[in-house]
Amino acid sequence: MAVLIDRNTRLIVQGITGREGTFHAKQAAAYGTKVVGGVTPGKGGTTHEGWPVFNTVADAVRATGANATVIFVPPPFAADAILEAVDANLPLAVCITEGIPTLDMMRALTVVRRSNTRLIGPNCPGLITAGQAKAGIIPGHICKEGRVGIVSKSGTLTYEAIHQLTKLGLGQTTCIGIGGDPLIGTSFIDALKLFAGDPATEAVVMIGEIGGNAEQEAAAYISANFKKPVVGFIAGQTAPPGRRMGHAGAIISGGKGTAAEKMDALSKAGVHVVKSPADLGAAVKSALRA
Amino acid sequence: MKIHEYQAKAILARHGVPVPQGEVVFAAADADVAAKQLGGGVVVVKAQIHAGGRGKGGGVKVVKGPEEAARAAADMIGMRLVTYQTGPSGQVVQRVLVEQGVKIKRELYLGIVIDRSTEKAVLMVSPDGGVEIEKVAEHTPERIFKEYIDPGIGLAGYQTRKLAFALGLEGPQFQQAAKLMNAVYDAFKNTDASLIEINPLIVTEEGNLLALDAKMNFDDNALYRHADIKELRDVSEEEPLEVEASKFSLNYIKLDGNIGCMVNGAGLAMATMDIIKLAGGEPANFLDVGGGANAEQIRNAFRILMSDKNVKAVLINIFGGILRCDVLAEGVIAAVKDLGVNVPIVIRMEGTNVEQGKQMLRDSGLNFTTADTMSEAAERVVALAR
Repeated sequence: MAVLIDRNTRLIVQGITGREGTFHAKQAAAYGTKVVGGVTPGKGGTTHEGWPVFNTVADAVRATGANATVIFVPPPFAADAILEAVDANLPLAVCITEGIPTLDMMRALTVVRRSNTRLIGPNCPGLITAGQAKAGIIPGHICKEGRVGIVSKSGTLTYEAIHQLTKLGLGQTTCIGIGGDPLIGTSFIDALKLFAGDPATEAVVMIGEIGGNAEQEAAAYISANFKKPVVGFIAGQTAPPGRRMGHAGAIISGGKGTAAEKMDALSKAGVHVVKSPADLGAAVKSALRA
Repeated sequence: MKIHEYQAKAILARHGVPVPQGEVVFAAADADVAAKQLGGGVVVVKAQIHAGGRGKGGGVKVVKGPEEAARAAADMIGMRLVTYQTGPSGQVVQRVLVEQGVKIKRELYLGIVIDRSTEKAVLMVSPDGGVEIEKVAEHTPERIFKEYIDPGIGLAGYQTRKLAFALGLEGPQFQQAAKLMNAVYDAFKNTDASLIEINPLIVTEEGNLLALDAKMNFDDNALYRHADIKELRDVSEEEPLEVEASKFSLNYIKLDGNIGCMVNGAGLAMATMDIIKLAGGEPANFLDVGGGANAEQIRNAFRILMSDKNVKAVLINIFGGILRCDVLAEGVIAAVKDLGVNVPIVIRMEGTNVEQGKQMLRDSGLNFTTADTMSEAAERVVALAR
């Protein structure tokens, strides 16, 4: 078992003929993902690296029976690519693109919210179900089939958590990078709800960052509804206020969105909060033993 | 991206927000001319720096006429203005705004930002303007009134009415307020702003609404479609090393410690700073080299990192997913040789081709310390920086 993506997922790549799209389509296929084609407007009817290319997402879905898309489209066109995935009624759209204007995302989300499409991202590493399939850029070779779900705002910090879990022999079910932008498709709470319903996921690692209050909202949800052990880390404990720490969403503004505030909320909700990212794996191990 | 007050006022005025008459000048002599053009009476001279809190630091002066305006401008231009937002080193004033003096009856607050939870723009007003809105939010949150704007519908009439009533506005001011709020929302939308703040928004003795101060920040991701706004960037307001880093798509933020950090990914970069602090050290910077960094970018990253003279040791923490460890090692070795880096370097890397990368570091003949885990790396670098 796993969530969102597995060996039955039929994945298309929006922007498949681009450098990133090509590279990661190959990586996904090499990991065992059923990559069934791609979309690049104007290149419909051609093939790229053996995959059929379509002009529109709707065409691709009709021809391939795809049920998921991963979006590697440049920022000015990425919100539109998301809308196109929604229009084709795809159940899962994963947007990797970093740098989408916030107002574009705000408008796109109004459509996403009344659709059947679950959007992951943008500005995220995507997701991977260990040993089965991946959509995005998380390196497959560091994963190992196992017992722990991961939900994270950060890319490389997710890899760090995966690596620790693999080394400890705990492994992962599904790892979801939800992205570091202020406006994102899938929240911590959405991901936690999915993990709650997945019997294979015995514990969850949740990696947050400074900025906003998604972690505090997740804490309230965990406290009231979530029964599995959660290990949490918040990046940016030492970040200065008012500075954007790389991710568009990672900023402490008006004294709000600090790591201390988030860690406190999560601890109160019963989450095992670690101060050091090096302790994530060990904390999961002890939480599972308890 | 941030801009100056006078630039924000110009953009807002273009969208129909009433602002005081004024002119920006770069020399004291021009302040005299500007004050005369405003009628020769009372004017306000305001230092133009990106940080807030200018009044308390001596960056805002009300003066009686052109002569005094010139004197005030002479005092301000070239001074290092320290406010609670600039940090202790302050910011050098290079331009001042000379503005007509106005008689203030009431000071209000108006602001607009994106609210993450509702995924909408939120227009906020408060009858308690002229003070830091964070303080109002903390002590009397009931004095802040908010309306969330549906992006498909825009700012609705009833929303402007609710906010105007909440501000206690009546008669002609009430009409003006609705118009002003729509103008602010238009400016927000049309320029891809991330924040607009008018604090204070005043009611004059004559009973008119006027944006006495204005602040606008913009979404960096949308600047590609606003060439006119991009031109307003004042790099003299930014940390020179950060400007340099941005030329190479490196995300660098200077901090006060002595341990230089080079990391891939924003989250891991923040976490690396955190773990250094936990080990008893102080990070000198935040530096995200990005997911697809190449040898050239690593060289530039090193150069920028090392131009901070406080750096006593460097920690490189890379989780190679897309960025391969051998590419990283090659870049680091070349950079250290080229730049003659002579501070201790601790490298922790993991991921694709890690063994090959480690071998390259060992074979380089250079003095690297390697570490297998983040905590080990942090402890080593903290010890070396002492």
